[in-house]
Amino acid sequence: MDRRRFLSASGFSLTAAFLAACNIDRSPRAQRLLDLAEHRNEGVERSLYRHASMNRAKDTAKIAGDAFPSYFVSNTVPVWDERVRGPWALEVSGLVQAPRRFSLADLRKLPFRSQRVDHFCVEGWNAVAVWQGVRLSDVARVVGVKPEAGYVDFQSFDDDYHESWDIESAMHPQTIVAYAMDNHMLGMAHGAPARVHSPVKLGYKNTKYLTKIVFLPQRNGGYWSDQGYEWYGGV
Amino acid sequence: MIGRHHWVVRVTHWVNAIALTLMVGSGLRIFNAYPAFARKGDTFCCYPWEHKAIPDALTFGGWLGGARHWHFALMWVLVINGLVYLTFIYLHGEWRDIVPRRGDARDALAMIKFYLFVTKSHPRQGKHNAMQKATYFALPVLAIAQVLTGLAIWKPVQLGWITALFGGYVWARYWHFMTMVALIVLSFVHIFMVFAVDPYSLQSMITGGYREDLSPEARNARPFYHLLPRWRNRAAQGD
Repeated sequence: MDRRRFLSASGFSLTAAFLAACNIDRSPRAQRLLDLAEHRNEGVERSLYRHASMNRAKDTAKIAGDAFPSYFVSNTVPVWDERVRGPWALEVSGLVQAPRRFSLADLRKLPFRSQRVDHFCVEGWNAVAVWQGVRLSDVARVVGVKPEAGYVDFQSFDDDYHESWDIESAMHPQTIVAYAMDNHMLGMAHGAPARVHSPVKLGYKNTKYLTKIVFLPQRNGGYWSDQGYEWYGGV
Repeated sequence: MIGRHHWVVRVTHWVNAIALTLMVGSGLRIFNAYPAFARKGDTFCCYPWEHKAIPDALTFGGWLGGARHWHFALMWVLVINGLVYLTFIYLHGEWRDIVPRRGDARDALAMIKFYLFVTKSHPRQGKHNAMQKATYFALPVLAIAQVLTGLAIWKPVQLGWITALFGGYVWARYWHFMTMVALIVLSFVHIFMVFAVDPYSLQSMITGGYREDLSPEARNARPFYHLLPRWRNRAAQGD
């Protein structure tokens, strides 16, 4: 890069920064730059991603227990009412050979997985818990996911909450459909009867009150991603 | 008038000043989403202001998601700009002006004695005095630490080995915050000293030109003493 181009490039970034500083941080032009940066960052994050990178909570870290924060987007705690909705089942569909509905008993027949991991929230806090359930990759093997499935959408009965993921993160060995936490069946505040839990994604990507897992050829946004948080949300 | 700062140094200085300001602002906005360091269900030893948010006026980005987008976009500006600067001062030899060497501690002590009116004459110096050198060396070192602690809390799983290096996520987040504090303090000392001792150096960071006859050494200047040009040529007299 010659001097003239360097100067004009720096002049441009200086100007962009000054505009930003003058509270035009919501201008469409700034937004386009930020979108570009998010797109590039997703590329960087996906190239850093390894199946072998594991989340292990420090041995000295306390289990959060009751201090583990919980939230939902409905007005009241979402509770699956069998009298109204019938027995709960997890529907796995989309780009799969054999779509299937898993009852809780069906899920419990799959290999049990228990992991003591750090949960990272987008807000900056972290919390240690033991998450227990079945690997999503085991569920995927049962239904036979087709190779063209590049994305997965996790949907819930907590209003319209859902989050779609890249297939790589979904198939991470620590990505599980959790039905228990800290050796107890999942509580209402934490997404009973089952939720996605993966310590390779930020908390908001982990759909609670799970009803459907849909394998897709393209991404399908998400509850928080559509409101402006990063879609990728990997850690 | 002599040439003091190469245009690469001047451009990277100001790009850095703006990018760092916005990184601090957006970082504080992110911090405010959880203005504490304790892991949930645990306590943290070393931060007395847990759960006290930073005033909104000092933050940038509007909301958590917006601030994160700014933070993760500007980090590239900061890193690339920093690499250009470091590569330049390495290739151009300017690193010699800031890398500490034997005798700097003694020279710094001499400066402190002069500033405290213990000695009368401004110590002899090169481009920078010993305390300036230490500051301009510490700033890029802190910036590198800031990039590493930033990576540690951005990717605590995929780059978990970096996170482990800083004592885990909670501590990495704490060091990211404390390094920012150190960067702010040194930056403010730097800005204060520019106006209190050598306002003529502002020109050298804009146009590159510097009048040696107005240097602090030539004016025998302490903070707020001998600021005006009429004090030039006072070095020899030591008053």
